[in-house]
Amino acid sequence: MAERYLEPDTPELRERWGNFAWEPHWAEKARAAIARYPEGRQRSAVMALLDFAQRQVGEATQTQGWLPIPVIEFVAAELDMPVLRVLEVATFYTMYNLAPVGRFHVQVCGTTPCMLRGSDDIMAACKKRGMSKGHTTDDGLWTLTEVECMGNCASAPMVQINDDNYEDLTPERLDAVLDALAKGETPKAGTQDPDRHTVEPVGGPTTLKEMVTENHDYRGEW
Amino acid sequence: MPKVKVDGVEIEVPNGATVLQACELAGKEIPRFCYHERLSIAGNCRMCLVEVKPGPPKPQASCALPAAENQEIRTDSEMVKKAREGVMEFLLINHPLDCPICDQGGECDLQDQAMAYGRGGSRYIENKRAVTEKYMGPLIKTVMTRCIHCTRCVRFSEEIAGVDEIGALYRGENMQITTYLEHAAKHEMSANVIDLCPVGALTSRPYAFEARPWELKKTLGIDVSDACGANIRIDSRGREVLRVLPRINDDVNEEWISDKARYQVDGLTRRRLDRPWIRREGKLQPASWSEAFAAIASLNPGNSIAALAGDMLDCETMFAAKSLLGALGSSLVEGRQTGMDYATDSLAAVNFNSTFSGIETADAILIVGSQVRWEAPLVNVRLRKAVKRGAKVFLIGPEWDTTFGGRFLGEDLSVLGDLPNEVYETIRDAKRPAIIVGGAGLGRGGLEAALALGDSIGIVRELEDGTKWNGFNVLHMAASRMGGLMLGFAQKGGIADIAAAKPKVLLSLGADEVDYTRFADSMIVYVGHHGDKGAHAADVILPSAAYTEKSGTYVNTEGRVQLADKAVFAPGDAREDWSILRALADAFGVTVGFDSFDELRAAMIAAVPALGIEGLADYGHDLPAGGGSASGPIAYPVKDFYMTNAIARASAVMQRCSAELLHGEEIAEAAE
Repeated sequence: MAERYLEPDTPELRERWGNFAWEPHWAEKARAAIARYPEGRQRSAVMALLDFAQRQVGEATQTQGWLPIPVIEFVAAELDMPVLRVLEVATFYTMYNLAPVGRFHVQVCGTTPCMLRGSDDIMAACKKRGMSKGHTTDDGLWTLTEVECMGNCASAPMVQINDDNYEDLTPERLDAVLDALAKGETPKAGTQDPDRHTVEPVGGPTTLKEMVTENHDYRGEW
Repeated sequence: MPKVKVDGVEIEVPNGATVLQACELAGKEIPRFCYHERLSIAGNCRMCLVEVKPGPPKPQASCALPAAENQEIRTDSEMVKKAREGVMEFLLINHPLDCPICDQGGECDLQDQAMAYGRGGSRYIENKRAVTEKYMGPLIKTVMTRCIHCTRCVRFSEEIAGVDEIGALYRGENMQITTYLEHAAKHEMSANVIDLCPVGALTSRPYAFEARPWELKKTLGIDVSDACGANIRIDSRGREVLRVLPRINDDVNEEWISDKARYQVDGLTRRRLDRPWIRREGKLQPASWSEAFAAIASLNPGNSIAALAGDMLDCETMFAAKSLLGALGSSLVEGRQTGMDYATDSLAAVNFNSTFSGIETADAILIVGSQVRWEAPLVNVRLRKAVKRGAKVFLIGPEWDTTFGGRFLGEDLSVLGDLPNEVYETIRDAKRPAIIVGGAGLGRGGLEAALALGDSIGIVRELEDGTKWNGFNVLHMAASRMGGLMLGFAQKGGIADIAAAKPKVLLSLGADEVDYTRFADSMIVYVGHHGDKGAHAADVILPSAAYTEKSGTYVNTEGRVQLADKAVFAPGDAREDWSILRALADAFGVTVGFDSFDELRAAMIAAVPALGIEGLADYGHDLPAGGGSASGPIAYPVKDFYMTNAIARASAVMQRCSAELLHGEEIAEAAE
């Protein structure tokens, strides 16, 4: 897991983010999230509010977004919570970015199934494009992170870029996705294997073949 | 009451007990790091693993497992031994082997338990984790690489202190304990996390690298920094007190003490009066004991002599002073230095009757003129517990940060006679109502008005279970107050009566809060240990012993009589207070009836028998009816928590706490 650290609390940071407040559409979502919980349990909405805050920061900076200290304090004030308790949540979950990220946050899965299916090549392809782990490229486009299992093992290897997963990758397919993103297009999320629709077996079923068209009783064959 | 078998022995355990508690009841030692009796259960260190049947075929964390009927618990099986060894090995993976330079060495849970339950050697050859130090203020030193993530400190600050100062950032192996952005921990009980820390991650900054625990002489004492009478252990080496730690006493301080009680002791070696001084031509000049006594006796005051008791005095000193004055024919003794003159005919009316452990069970509490957090931090902890149990708290006085919520009703004493209806009804209809009158609420008719309110709601009542409930409480701030009142250190008009009597000689027994301009015509003889406000005004200074340097009897604000032992000798020519007063009697040519400390104590107990019995003194349950009305804005007497007495004012640690924590001064960290 990538080393995580808090972006230092500097006067510049305070100046940039000190007067953070909800944009109307996020304010509405925040209200709805808080309303989901019973009276006195509003603090339960902390994770949703942190997510909204991160996304609003993302909209303001044209990136995936991150959580500067003043924004975390804003969320704490919204929920009348000790800031430290909010910070604990924000630092616990890797989905909250604690430092600025680029336009696209490329999260390459490196856990065993992906590794066996070639995640090392995917990582190498990313690095070939100038990315390096835990850093943002100079053009501000890419941030590379190695992450643990994202639950797409049936279509390994995979990367998650901002809110979308791209699966069944090869270095070429990854390049195509990244090129499309760089051009401002929206590549198809999910599997990148043209022969695959979702995570069904490639080349037709290999087990339970008789079950494809009709119900079949296997019990006599065991 | 489930019956369980622990290592083959059947015992009955209370309902709701955990397996760990069951094992302890059976006399088995269960190693643990995260579990603590006074904190919530976390279950994250895994050191308390035991084998439990019925249950899954693996060891279970006993601290978080409820004891159930017919459980068979084994703490001595091979599985348990291996489990403990395994957990210990994992804990030690990231724990540095720096015991020789660690201040916790010798009193470290991890060290002890590694010896008792660990493997003999290490199989770990990889690199260890390293964590940066976190700044937690002038009292807590951190070496976070040593942290084993038990989260006791986090739970303390959230549950006991109630300030959410310490938290755990990041996750898993990368978890780090820190204060928010490394701000200093500001709570007045913050240093208790040092005792709670089972390893050397949080250690005492002022005591860093001072001594090893086995070098220290441990003396049982009573804290005098406030009127709670916290039970302390005074650790000394040679003639110096190196540190103070809390002793466990569930009735008084549980196992906490305030930061002031813990860290004012470095003031015991600074600004000390270690020889007699006499004011000649307007300047204090060194003198010998005989010169000093001669100077006082030459005035030949007869019965024109008065005594003022300071806030940190033991009962023996006050009794000796009273005996001396009695022998001279004077009864001008007073302890309430700041001029309070509340009636003291009934001691029950000026006592913390519900007791500290009792206030936890109160369900409606009215606090009049007390900033409890600063005046008695240990009571603040109890109030927080009461609120957690559902108590409603109302406060009269300027707002302060309570850590337990509560509703402020107004800043003027007159609110006491004019409570909002719903507040009055809440208190009246409560099962165990309590009123706490603090120092700022006692004067200007406040005590009488509070008594009248208590009378009207029946604050002394029979509870359903037949026990007596007396919820009328006065929260004093001086360790000597209740003892002084029991010994009669009170004039009807307070200190004004003493000033009006214009005594030739004013014996000031460590009284540093007195306005001495009122005694311009008197010869002020200061018997005390610190060159503080009293010494500045003195004409003769007789150096005496501080609370760690004499045995004594103390009575806390609950009326609890407690004994303290002498830890070290007073510095230089300073003598114990009672022997100074005994020598003064010789100088005046009178007899006081005691020649030794034991005789003094026996005489004191003969005069006030209650002082001879350790524990709560019985003042009865009959409160005066009170009456009248109170008015006037409330101003809390404690302006600076860390600077309330002469010892604390002399302490460099307390000065730094005051500057940094209360006045926000930036203090550069010295490179270590």
